[in-house]
Amino acid sequence: MNRASLFVPLGIFCLIVVLGYLGFRLEDPHRLPSALLDKPFPEFNATVLGAPERRVSRDDLLGAPVLVNVWATWCPTCKAEHEELMRIDALTDLRLVGVNYKDDRAKALRWLEDFGDPYEFVLEDSDGLLGVELGVYGAPESFLLDAQGLIIYKRVGEISPRVWRDEIAPLLERLEVRSNYDTSD
Amino acid sequence: MTPRTDVPARSSLRTVSLGLILCLVSALPGGLPSALAAGQVDIYEFPSAEMEARYRALIDEFRCPKCLNTNLSGSDAPIAKDLRKTVWRLLVQEEMSDQEVRDFLQERYGDFVLYNPPFKPGTWVLWLAPVFFGLIGLTVLIRMLRKRPEVALTEADQNRVDELLGGPEEKGA
Repeated sequence: MNRASLFVPLGIFCLIVVLGYLGFRLEDPHRLPSALLDKPFPEFNATVLGAPERRVSRDDLLGAPVLVNVWATWCPTCKAEHEELMRIDALTDLRLVGVNYKDDRAKALRWLEDFGDPYEFVLEDSDGLLGVELGVYGAPESFLLDAQGLIIYKRVGEISPRVWRDEIAPLLERLEVRSNYDTSD
Repeated sequence: MTPRTDVPARSSLRTVSLGLILCLVSALPGGLPSALAAGQVDIYEFPSAEMEARYRALIDEFRCPKCLNTNLSGSDAPIAKDLRKTVWRLLVQEEMSDQEVRDFLQERYGDFVLYNPPFKPGTWVLWLAPVFFGLIGLTVLIRMLRKRPEVALTEADQNRVDELLGGPEEKGA
């Protein structure tokens, strides 16, 4: 037998290892690829939390870049994220719009009272239908829209200071949103 | 072996047999969980039995985005419930075709929700790998069968074999 052909099984083994690595590497399998990325934010028609007579639609998100944040009072990670959203609201000109996902209205209002309200307005999505339109499958999730309503970034999970610094702040520069948020540390 | 090493060996055997049982269960038509969960949680009205059958087929076909390896019909996750409701709404109220429902969910949740992913550049490894490995196996098998060494004995060896086996009749003849 040819000496070189002795290495064929090793080669096949390495190939399997590489394929296995690609298939089973330890990234969070709960992170779905963002289907809506680079697509326009879907049309919707929803009531506003705390102002039930006011109805908003996709047009209300246009004009300036906006961060749409899906949250709920039953979601512990949302609580952890809230502080960061307050900071973003205080330090940048980025618009923040909330989507109160499958939540209780009274509890949601109470939450904003207790922890502060970083949102320009909060959409009510009590039955999760807007969530389905957005491909939401948990909370928190966030979408960054440009002024034309195109989804240019999606985050599944918490917006932490690190996510802000590494992923969102560079996009804000491109969108020319003013920010005093010091991300140097 | 000492008893110390015996324990992990036994538990790994248990893991393997558990895995086998799970494989068998999931291989049952529709999967056991769907048989248990479907229809008990949600009560929807359907204009026809045919429509209901389509609904059942579709919720069996989609994967729950939250639970990784359960279909919509087999999951109790709230999102699976919402999606079942959405499938119902699209079928009954919007009167969409099965393919339109698939496209609707795929647009929003990506290929992830399809247990039957489309053949495209991102998935060709997935589709072709089994064929590829099958071909490798086949090639190896054929080569092994062909290359089976022919038993060529020298005359001395043959004589010795005959002697040990008590000698063939030809020799005596």
